[in-house]
Amino acid sequence: MTTTASTRVTVPVIELSNVSREFRMGTHVVTALDGINLIIERGEMVAIIGPSGSGKSTLMNTLGCLDQPSSGSFMLNGQDVSDLSDDQLAETRSRQLGFVFQSYNLLPRETALSNVELPLKYAGGLSGYERRLAARTALDRVGLTERYDHLPMQMSGGEQQRVGIARALVQNPALILADEPTGNLDTNSSAEVIEMLRSLNEQDGKTIVVVTHDTEVAEAMKRIVVFRDGRIVDDRAVVHASADSNDNTTESNQ
Amino acid sequence: MNLVLLLSTALSSIGTNKLRASLTLLGIVIGVSSVIAMMAVGRGAQVSVTARISDLGTDLITVRPGAQAQRFAFFGGGGNSDVLSLEDAFALKDDVFAPDVRLIAPENSFSGTAAFGAENTFVNGVGVTAEYLEARNLVIASGRNISNVDVENISTVAVLGSETSKTLFGQRDPVGVTIKISGREFTVVGVIKSQQGTIFNPDSSVIVPITTVHYRLNNEKGLPDSISVSSINVLATSESTVDDARLDIATVLRLRHELAADDDDDFQITTQQDTIETLEGTQGTFVILLGSIAGISLLVGGIGVMNIMLVSVTERTREIGIRRAVGAKRRDILLQFVTEAVLMTFGGGIIGVLTGWAIAYFGNGATVAGDVIETAIETHIAVIALVVSVAVGLFFGIYPAVRAASLNPIEALRHE
Ligand SMILES: Nc1ncnc2c1ncn2[C@@H]1O[C@H](COP(=O)(O)OP(=O)(O)OP(=O)(O)O)[C@@H](O)[C@H]1O
Ligand SMILES: [Mg+2]
Repeated sequence: MTTTASTRVTVPVIELSNVSREFRMGTHVVTALDGINLIIERGEMVAIIGPSGSGKSTLMNTLGCLDQPSSGSFMLNGQDVSDLSDDQLAETRSRQLGFVFQSYNLLPRETALSNVELPLKYAGGLSGYERRLAARTALDRVGLTERYDHLPMQMSGGEQQRVGIARALVQNPALILADEPTGNLDTNSSAEVIEMLRSLNEQDGKTIVVVTHDTEVAEAMKRIVVFRDGRIVDDRAVVHASADSNDNTTESNQ
Repeated sequence: MNLVLLLSTALSSIGTNKLRASLTLLGIVIGVSSVIAMMAVGRGAQVSVTARISDLGTDLITVRPGAQAQRFAFFGGGGNSDVLSLEDAFALKDDVFAPDVRLIAPENSFSGTAAFGAENTFVNGVGVTAEYLEARNLVIASGRNISNVDVENISTVAVLGSETSKTLFGQRDPVGVTIKISGREFTVVGVIKSQQGTIFNPDSSVIVPITTVHYRLNNEKGLPDSISVSSINVLATSESTVDDARLDIATVLRLRHELAADDDDDFQITTQQDTIETLEGTQGTFVILLGSIAGISLLVGGIGVMNIMLVSVTERTREIGIRRAVGAKRRDILLQFVTEAVLMTFGGGIIGVLTGWAIAYFGNGATVAGDVIETAIETHIAVIALVVSVAVGLFFGIYPAVRAASLNPIEALRHE
């Protein structure tokens, strides 16, 4: 991980160095992340697995700029995020990454289209027409052309999650983070969503990080990072029969 | 987020719970409309009183006997009896000492009954000279005025107010008929034109020569000059000389009453301007009182807004989390909630102004408990009410909005 710029063409999307996150509950201190070192390069597709309470969501919140480490440094696309202001974090969330949630987190009274438009409204700079155009393109990308004007409750779980993915895509970020995106879905919808994420990685070159409990989902990714008690205990590449495994994900970050 | 987006977001949020928004709005509507309506009533009363007083002519000055404050009457006074006499009145018509006085009209009022045949009525009697009608801006409808010959001859002639005439004679012309005033026979020589709607309503009065009141009705003796008067109406030469005329009057009366330099006046001089100012002062207090009652209801409306906004922030915690997660800054959330509160109070303010105006418009001329309500609609009150309702929204919306903006996005997202 001490690779110099001369050997690496691009900076990693994610570079965590000795990142810890502690929660203080009165006198009691919970260490959710305990000195994490992790590099994720552009174009990777990583599954984060591990038992409940092992710190996966805490990691994702940190990567998603919703939370900040107690110590250590987090470089996102080569930029140190650790000491950004609240406003700068919000801007980073809206421009540099897309977050997909287990419970979809769509605004219940807004249509699919206007849910997908939401990040663009806060980012500013686009006209209403341009925003809707971008939102339609994103919804088309996840195969929801027929659902522009549907409210979340008028859609299936799988469709709602695809709206969530479209919302994460609409700013065209290089990085998509998904915390248990299939946690609330049945096997079929689950497979659809995973297929969607795979295609975003393979066709659009998005870097994808997925937290999951589902081994099948994990096996569909290219790399698996295993968490236990706030530490990374395993980090391995998945060898697919069809995929060529000439990537550099085999190196361990421990 | 730009302003258009902010407004459309706030509007659609308000729109999702229309009943609640309407009820919240109602509080502001009631507050603002009562401000508008009450101010209109208050100002209407002020304007109409001022107008009626001005009808009398702003060059009218009234002189009454007695010191300004009662306590001076006990001590000072230099042996004067706090009385104005007919001679005092005539002395005010003096080209040398009182060049700014155009006309004097002494009067001596009495109350009595007027009777004709079986009809009789209480009247406001006034003993006058020929100048009275001009001083009071009154005109004769039929017959003639009391003349100064009548005054000299102590004649038993009377001029009736229109209401008195109507009570005693109905539609008939009373001129030439003999009536009884407080038991004495008088010949009616004229009727005063009705002045309904003015503040000194002469309609139920009877005017007779001032000397007749003294010698015949009150059975007093003495020289005509010693007749005491209840007040002297004085007209200044013009509106602009009213203040000079007032000085003239004071100078003449102080000389006549032999007051020393440090003695207080033993008479009171009131101009129409004084009367208007006094009345406007009292009415101003009344307007402020009405305004504050209405203001309190606006305050209550504002508390309602705050209450709803606090509930709304709690209910929408997850929404706030979602918005923050996709890039909303604290400021965006703050502005969203403040905008919602202000939109509600501003909307309530607009509806309130329209309602208040409608009440004032349709209530104009209505009779409540025997009094005719007059209203005056003023645009600046409406503008103030709108500004205040926006301020109420800001004031009561800011705290809930700050609470919303300070939520931690992760915790907000976890909220069920
Ligand atoms: N806001 C918080 N305050 C206190 N403790 C917290 C907080 N968030 C997380 N934790 C603790 O940190 C640890 C890691 O939590 P985290 O949510 O990251 O686990 P996880 O791996 O996502 O679990 P799961 O698979 O159940 O979602 C847990 O022990 C949890 O109780
Ligand atoms: Mg979790």
